[in-house]
Amino acid sequence: MKYVDEFRDGGLAQKLATAIRAEADPAREYAFMEFCGGHTHAISRYGVTDLLPPNVRMIHGPGCPVCVLPIGRIDMAIGLALARPEVIVCTYGDCLRVPASDGLSMLKAKARGADIRMVYSAADAVALAQANPAREVVFFAIGFETTTPPTALVIRQAEALGLNNFSVICNHVLTPSAIVTILESPEVREIGSVPLDGFIGPAHVSTIIGSRPYAFFAEEYRKPVVIAGFEPLDVMQAVRMLIRQVNEGRAEVENEFTRAVTEDGNLKAQALVSDVFELRRSFEWRGLHEVPYSALRIRARFAAFDAEAKFDIAYRSVADNKACECGAILRGVKKPTDCRIFGTVCTPENPMGSCMVSSEGACAAHYNYGRFRDIPVVAA
Amino acid sequence: MGEVKKGYVRPLDLKQGRVDMGHGAGGRAMAQLIDEVFARAFANEWLGQGNDAAVLPAPAAGERLVMATDAHVVSPLFFPGGDIGCLSVHGTINDVAVMGARPLYLAASFILEEGFALADLVRIVNSMAAAAREAGVPVVTGDTKVVEAGKGDGVFISTTGVGALPAGRDIGGANARAGDVVIVSGSIGDHGTAILSQRESLAFDTEIVSDTAALHGLIAHLLELVPGVRVMRDPTRGGLATTLNEIAVQSGVGISLEEAAIPVHPQVEAACEFLGLDPLYVANEGKLVVICAAADADAAVSALRAHPLGTEAARIGEVIDDPNHFVQIRTGFGGRRMVDWLSGEQLPRIC
Repeated sequence: MKYVDEFRDGGLAQKLATAIRAEADPAREYAFMEFCGGHTHAISRYGVTDLLPPNVRMIHGPGCPVCVLPIGRIDMAIGLALARPEVIVCTYGDCLRVPASDGLSMLKAKARGADIRMVYSAADAVALAQANPAREVVFFAIGFETTTPPTALVIRQAEALGLNNFSVICNHVLTPSAIVTILESPEVREIGSVPLDGFIGPAHVSTIIGSRPYAFFAEEYRKPVVIAGFEPLDVMQAVRMLIRQVNEGRAEVENEFTRAVTEDGNLKAQALVSDVFELRRSFEWRGLHEVPYSALRIRARFAAFDAEAKFDIAYRSVADNKACECGAILRGVKKPTDCRIFGTVCTPENPMGSCMVSSEGACAAHYNYGRFRDIPVVAA
Repeated sequence: MGEVKKGYVRPLDLKQGRVDMGHGAGGRAMAQLIDEVFARAFANEWLGQGNDAAVLPAPAAGERLVMATDAHVVSPLFFPGGDIGCLSVHGTINDVAVMGARPLYLAASFILEEGFALADLVRIVNSMAAAAREAGVPVVTGDTKVVEAGKGDGVFISTTGVGALPAGRDIGGANARAGDVVIVSGSIGDHGTAILSQRESLAFDTEIVSDTAALHGLIAHLLELVPGVRVMRDPTRGGLATTLNEIAVQSGVGISLEEAAIPVHPQVEAACEFLGLDPLYVANEGKLVVICAAADADAAVSALRAHPLGTEAARIGEVIDDPNHFVQIRTGFGGRRMVDWLSGEQLPRIC
């Protein structure tokens, strides 16, 4: 594929691997967090870890929007769909499997009679409402800054069309505040038990918000950030740039993904988002608990399209499994295999904690792609 | 088969007519549907007898019977390169053939939804009949039921196949051994991608057509030249990844693949990339996975390539010792990863 294969070239990867080995100081350890699930996926899918020297460790952060969605939010959608037969809940595909309370997920609730459907875009949700004027279509919107503008757009469209049977359960979350939460956690800030040496900044998120929002924590926390694309060569190049910053004692925001990300991002999309949404004071993240100013809600002006107001549904927090180590894993304090229930009680078929939910989560990525590393395999 | 007195009954309106509950009620309307649609399309000596079951000759001395059944629920019913009709014939023939058996007969059962257009039914049945004729495997008995509107998805087809397995032939999922070679007969992911391209909510323009095909000819050619093949399987739902995981567990071995060697058409790769899917997990309907001894590998690839259905055959990996029965892959990028069982359905990523 043109413009894709170039970023997956095995020969170039070997050259880059050699360059990284040459630049990494054998006397020290490097730990970099890729915040975004897209990077976690690329690292696992292409076996990038095998090309990095053993003293460079990648930590899978909380950047998978499906994984960090708390159980209580999914319960809201399921409860609504089960209680009101006139409601069609629609959402993105990978949301359907996320486990909720009472052994349910949206897929399982569908099997119990709830009308829950998969859509490929926010625009499909509006089309569904137009096609079903006698039903109430509720779009369960999730995601980071990347998927927020399309949700804002459909709310404005619904208003323009005078649609009175369309509303949104808004679960959009914000990247910078989650990174700050990780850096503010006692393990990272005070105890120093997590040697986080730098971040690979998100690709798609940064196309919207630009590179500027990362400058604050590069300066404040003295952590280098390199924004990178989702292709495996992008990731390796970003690792090389981070190693160089660490070696030189710099903590700056650098942009590897110049083909898509600018300093200011997409101003039009940002304006659209701020027109429709406002900050929530606090929002619960699965695995990270309450994170202040880390999510968006629909502004009062668009209350007619806010399903939480329209159907008077309230959020109720549901605790994760007590044995679950997701919080520690998301901060890099523990590895997936350090969790007692990893791969036994908690599997991708039956996930207990957030990291096991989507293949972009730290535990699911290790379970699906890397589990063979835990056990020596004898070649024939 | 029903006896319909010609001249007293108005023929079915096969252009504008629709399936109604009467077509499944066991009376004259049902007999008429069977006669004018199914019996006409599948015409053969066994079906024509109109009995409740077909009476068939026993296989030759020493041969064993092989039987497989498969229910087909596909949406959309018509897709580039095929439809549910030919698919239901090919799928079951292939299930019989991958055991090394010669497919002989098919049984077909239809569950029709009230309101389904007779013209579409005729199109599907004719496609099925053509596939059966081309494969030389007749549909010798069948059944029809009609369910109320809203309780079906147009048409569901279940087919059962019977075949004869020559004496001494032992091909099965439990026969793979460390050191064996894994081969595919061609590009993977074509069928599943062709289906996705036609989904109402997704429709994208593509030249990808389903690979649906009966593989018994290809298999017969392969076994003639390489009789010692250990495992064969058609990687349908769940794709190549699921099939290899099944074999690894059945045989108690591991499998190591080379990503760069696995044939994937660029259009399929692009569509999967766009949708966030992995071609290794996408369904195929006309592809074969073969595992044989390393010494037979070159001969097997050559045999497959010499047949029109196997021109893109490739050696893609090897069987290894692994008590955990993992399937792993060396990526084109140069790293390694597992190719695990699929967790539930493969669903598109959000960003």
